[in-house]
Amino acid sequence: MDTISIRAPSVPSSGAKVRRSVRTRLPAAFALLPTALVVLVVYIGCMLWTVRLSFTSSTLLPKLDWFGFTQYTRLFANDRFVTSAENIVIFGALFISGCLIIGFLLAVFIEQNVRGEGLFRTVFLYPYAMSFVVTGVAWQWFLNPGLGLQKLVRDMGFESFTFDWLVNQRMAIYTIVIAGLWHGSGLTMAIMLAGLRGIDKDLWKAAKIDGIPTWRVYTSVVLPLLRPMVVTATVLLATGVVKLYDLVVAMTLGGPGIATEVPAKFVMDHLFERNNIGLGTAAATIMLITVVSVLAPWVYTRYVRPQGRHA
Amino acid sequence: MNAAEPQGRRPRHLTAGRIGIYAFLITAALFFMLPLWIMVVTSLKPMEEIRLGNILALPAAMTFEAWTKAWSSACTGLECNGISVGFWNSVRILIPSVILSIIAGAINGYALSFWRVRGANVMFGILLLGAFIPYQVFLYPLVRIFSLTGIYNSLTCIVLVHVIFGLPTMTLLFRNYYAGLPIELFKAARIDGGGFWTIFLRVILPMSTPILVVATILQVTGIWNDFIFGLTFAGRENLPMTVQLNNIVNSTQGERAYNVDMAATMLAALVPLVVYFVSGRWFVRGIAAGAVKG
Repeated sequence: MDTISIRAPSVPSSGAKVRRSVRTRLPAAFALLPTALVVLVVYIGCMLWTVRLSFTSSTLLPKLDWFGFTQYTRLFANDRFVTSAENIVIFGALFISGCLIIGFLLAVFIEQNVRGEGLFRTVFLYPYAMSFVVTGVAWQWFLNPGLGLQKLVRDMGFESFTFDWLVNQRMAIYTIVIAGLWHGSGLTMAIMLAGLRGIDKDLWKAAKIDGIPTWRVYTSVVLPLLRPMVVTATVLLATGVVKLYDLVVAMTLGGPGIATEVPAKFVMDHLFERNNIGLGTAAATIMLITVVSVLAPWVYTRYVRPQGRHA
Repeated sequence: MNAAEPQGRRPRHLTAGRIGIYAFLITAALFFMLPLWIMVVTSLKPMEEIRLGNILALPAAMTFEAWTKAWSSACTGLECNGISVGFWNSVRILIPSVILSIIAGAINGYALSFWRVRGANVMFGILLLGAFIPYQVFLYPLVRIFSLTGIYNSLTCIVLVHVIFGLPTMTLLFRNYYAGLPIELFKAARIDGGGFWTIFLRVILPMSTPILVVATILQVTGIWNDFIFGLTFAGRENLPMTVQLNNIVNSTQGERAYNVDMAATMLAALVPLVVYFVSGRWFVRGIAAGAVKG
């Protein structure tokens, strides 16, 4: 890795100038030193350490033996982990696509010169300011079959109405999706709305003259124009998916049974409660590999391909 | 959904399409308001009323008892001092974390955008990538490092963790803002003989008010809402409000006091909500700027 040092001007006019430049740039290098240390020790060092630990037989305390891929074999034979992996795929797909669709629709409808626009925007976005713990607790209360939504509808006269997803092994993960959508859709709306506002108003006149139906303009012209916003929103939402932990802990604690376990929780449980550092770090490494392989194409198209100007 | 098709750009009359638009928006708004509404009404009801169901109904006999109980005597495990303990812990974590992470971000952003230091862009690139890596990858080694240095489970530890993991966003935020300032300004200050710190304090910092506001909003809500770092690094004495709330709600013995739970939840949501309502459009700017968009 490059160490932080001082770069001389590309065409030094005189030795004295170079020395002066080095001296004045020294404080800048010193100012960046703490961050460089953090990058080296935490972002690189801790990451490598975790990967190394995943190849050991560490349980309560870290060991530095060589255990081969045993932890990984165990991991993929572990029901809890397999369920976690499936759950995060279900949650990720539904949460990202749901937020994009709801966010886009809300932005489009808000853009129709409605009255009380500010009020609507405020209402759609406020959940994003709340923590996942608050979100989880609130939805857990609303969706609990005993006193929540199910009882409410039954009391209204629909006595056979059943909505027990929260305590239903097969459906519980979808309640996490619902809470997630409530929390994240407003953010997508805000990003999309900013994009819509940036579109040239003449587009609509042109479309009207050509007699193109409004919905066609949205799907064929506006949506492609919003591509950068869609990408930004997707990246933001995707990082949220990987971090999914607090919401599950607050809402279902991984239950009923292991129905709503997720990888982040699997790692936390094995590192800090189940004293199985080898297995926990192996799961963390799998998370790392997944994120990097998803991220790599995006970084490549965004930063590597357009050579020169680093945006 | 067909009726909701937008009919042109600036309709004057209340057409079917307009009604559809409002119907959609109002339905959506009700869905978004629902949990907040339920939290508020539940927190104001006595338990006898909650047991009857009617989760949406206004309280018949309104009482603030649950709020005082949640604040000062709700139990988190064995201790029954309410969520106020967590509130003050969160405040003690929040203030130094926000200040230090913003200072770090501002200095980094300034050094990165005005001073050419070799290797700085590589460092910045790794830092940005780090923002996407799941925290679980760093947590265990970090715990070991902090244990070895003897600061694990302390206020210093949790503040340090917030500063470390705030670095990517804060650095990016300030770097992008400073990249938009005219370079001539910086050059003029250099010609006048200003050094690294002089230019930062006298020229750059006075121009940074907007980005400082955005950074503060981002960090205050982010750090206040943190759960995983508080749980892992703060130690029993300093558990933040989010962790305490989870303990109150998910570890109660016997019948759950839903009204106290909801009052505690409202209290935990209060700070970010106030920030959100006061900051308005700035909040959106904050998220948009915090989004790693390069």
